[in-house]
Amino acid sequence: MRIPLLSAFSGVAGVSLRALSFTLCSFSLLSSAAQADDEKEELRDLFFGAAMYYAHQENYFDAIVALDNELAQYHRLDEPELDPFSTHLGQAEFSVGDLELSYRMHREAGRAIEAVLKGNVSQEVRNEAAYRLAKIHYHKQQPLNALHALEMIEGRVPLRVRADEQFLRARVFMELGRLEEAVELLKDLKGEESLDGFVEFNLGIAQLKSGEEARGVLELTTLGKRRSSNPVDQALYDKTNLLLGSHLMEAGELELARPYFDRVNLEGPFSNRALLGAGWVEARAGRYDRALVPWRILQNRKGTNEAVQEVMLAVPYAYGKLDVHSTAAINYGRALDAFGREIDTLTASINSIRQGKFLEALRRKEATQVQNWVVALRNLPEAPETHYLLDLMASNDYQEFLRNYRDLNDLFERNKEWLKSLTAYEDIISARRAYYEPLLPQLDEKFRALDARIKLRMEQRDQFSNRIEQMLVSRRPEYLATADEQEARLQLLQLHKEISRNPKGFTEETRSRLARLQGILDLRLSTEYHQRLTEAYRHLQELNIEIEKLQTIYRSYVRSRQAATHSYTGYNKNIQRLRAQIHAAQQRLEMLMARQGSMLEALAVEELERRRSQLESYQIKARFALADSYDRANELQEQREDERKIEQHREAQPETLPEHNPPEMEASETENNLQEPDEVEPHSETQTVTPPENSPAESEAPEIEGDKA
Amino acid sequence: MFRILQVTLLLLLAVAVNAQDVSRDDIRGLDEQIQDVKKDVIDLTATLAQLEEKLLFPSNTQVALFVSVADEKPFELESVEITLNGEIVAHHLYTYREIESLQKGGVQKIYTGNVQAGAHPLQVRFIGKTPSGKDYQANASYQIDKAVGPKFVEIRISGTESEINFKDW
Repeated sequence: MRIPLLSAFSGVAGVSLRALSFTLCSFSLLSSAAQADDEKEELRDLFFGAAMYYAHQENYFDAIVALDNELAQYHRLDEPELDPFSTHLGQAEFSVGDLELSYRMHREAGRAIEAVLKGNVSQEVRNEAAYRLAKIHYHKQQPLNALHALEMIEGRVPLRVRADEQFLRARVFMELGRLEEAVELLKDLKGEESLDGFVEFNLGIAQLKSGEEARGVLELTTLGKRRSSNPVDQALYDKTNLLLGSHLMEAGELELARPYFDRVNLEGPFSNRALLGAGWVEARAGRYDRALVPWRILQNRKGTNEAVQEVMLAVPYAYGKLDVHSTAAINYGRALDAFGREIDTLTASINSIRQGKFLEALRRKEATQVQNWVVALRNLPEAPETHYLLDLMASNDYQEFLRNYRDLNDLFERNKEWLKSLTAYEDIISARRAYYEPLLPQLDEKFRALDARIKLRMEQRDQFSNRIEQMLVSRRPEYLATADEQEARLQLLQLHKEISRNPKGFTEETRSRLARLQGILDLRLSTEYHQRLTEAYRHLQELNIEIEKLQTIYRSYVRSRQAATHSYTGYNKNIQRLRAQIHAAQQRLEMLMARQGSMLEALAVEELERRRSQLESYQIKARFALADSYDRANELQEQREDERKIEQHREAQPETLPEHNPPEMEASETENNLQEPDEVEPHSETQTVTPPENSPAESEAPEIEGDKA
Repeated sequence: MFRILQVTLLLLLAVAVNAQDVSRDDIRGLDEQIQDVKKDVIDLTATLAQLEEKLLFPSNTQVALFVSVADEKPFELESVEITLNGEIVAHHLYTYREIESLQKGGVQKIYTGNVQAGAHPLQVRFIGKTPSGKDYQANASYQIDKAVGPKFVEIRISGTESEINFKDW
């Protein structure tokens, strides 16, 4: 009994704080996300929202990839401040750090935050970064470094992390043994809604550890009296009660201790230990009949639980104390049966782990889909009995190992998929090449012809446009002559030249006719000039539209041509390089998985072996105790037989016998009763004196067939 | 007998402590290597994703549709169906985590595909309910005008108002 109860107490301050820190770490992430949500910041960058979609689902890998990508693109821009992503920049940088922390990439998270600290940012942002860096150090169990980071904080801390920062500071102080400072901080934090319960718990612990016993007990008692429908909150209250109950029992305050155990929720995760403790309080006070009440409840619970196994010995022990040796013997017998079964299960589980079934089960797809997969995997054929690993799995280190192993496996599977995809991409590329390569030369030929025509039209357009521009400056009616008019104009010009070369060769009538024709043409060009110019301008605009269409088609063709080429050229080397990188990563992943896996297996086997040796030791003790119970039961039976014979003898002899037994019989009876407790089992002597410190499991033991007793 | 047990226990504890000291260093070393490989795989995945996008969804034909939830009041989106050019291109049933993520402001990239430049009819249908169990559903149509560059359209669902809004990005 000593070990479980002591560990229940001593562990609370240390282990539970670490466990709490873990809970609070994710809690703070969520709360900051919630707070960010509350602020209702308008989404300015769709891809930031898409990254956060992964982040809110705790899909850390995809979220980090997406955010890293966004940040890298942003920093590559020439004028990043004009990009809408700049609105989310600060949040994105912090989110990457948070996500990396959640993905157990402490170093990267630290680097990201240190980059913020070194950057040209406001003191408030710097303070938040320092807080986050401190959180990383605390999470890595480096309280001194966490304190150094917290000391970088100057002035105002952003409201959304202010309480968390104070709480972290208090826990760092507690880790460093600066309990008075922790107490002061925690007192100030009382009433902080987001940390409700956690502050009170830590305050109580800090007060207990700093010697303020009465205040600590009062604080924890108040917390323990709370009730909640939220299982997480209720677990905290139960843990508080269990802690206090154990603490008071250790201190010998038995009457005070019992109510704390009674307050623990009977369905909660701490109920088994509470029932065990409640029984021990009564047993230590010598009230074995009352001890049996919680113990009998506990006795019928899951047989793999350490407290349940312990109580299997505690129950018959109590019956023995109550002189009900036959019932004690029956219960020792049941315990022996159960221990035997459990030892077989443990041996099979150890073998299963050694055969790699445990890791195999962890690698299955359900591991990420089924809640508490590690517990659920016991249902798989040949998988180990994971109920024995619950305590081990609750430890931070083991959780970290499990998550790392699963992360590595996830990365390995992702890379495997990428390798398949790369092969598919190569197929796509070769299919595209096979399709486009024969088509492109013909297309190019047609395109070149089309291109020449387009160029010609564009030159004509330019010429036409230039003329119109000239006409806007100086009047040039001849530019607007029709083809016939142009021809007539040229003919007239030619005739004028001939007349001027040889004036005597033409009659006056011919010259005047020529002048009349010239006049008619000039008159027409002159009178219709404005109308023709307007029309020409309209035609130019229509032509421009057509040219624009041609250019669009031209550009579209160029793009399609480029896209066709780009769809299959320039990928091969890239794909080869990436494939090589994936293979290299896969080798590293396999090696790391093997190392992490062997650590998981070793720790699991170690735990199962510990439980097996514990059960073997229980078995031995139970056998001794069973034999002893038999002896005592037999003695009682013999006594009763003797009494019956005496009675018969009395009845056979009419004369009156003395009212009392002879002195020698009295002496023998009394002696038997007095010796009984000490004769249960030689090792049990000290343990039975101080039950809470020495479990019956460590003391007595039976081996029996229940029906014999 | 008890003393022998105590001595044995102490010896065992000492061995265990030494073993733990050694393994603590191993653990730290292994953890750092795991962090390194995670970083490398993240970078590699980003490169692979870019390659994939370039290869499968070139910018001149790329169209991507995103779903977000605009509700101020609690609303649980159950399913979204998207029809593009008369063909169902996406039908998504939401998990609890996805709903929660959308409620917190996450944006789901529900479909990425390729279309020619020009106009493309888009129909969206959603089904959802409030925590009290009241059902809501709505349909909406939109026209995607695809130009040369990639096209991103946000489908913003206001569940309790049975409304769907579209935004070109």
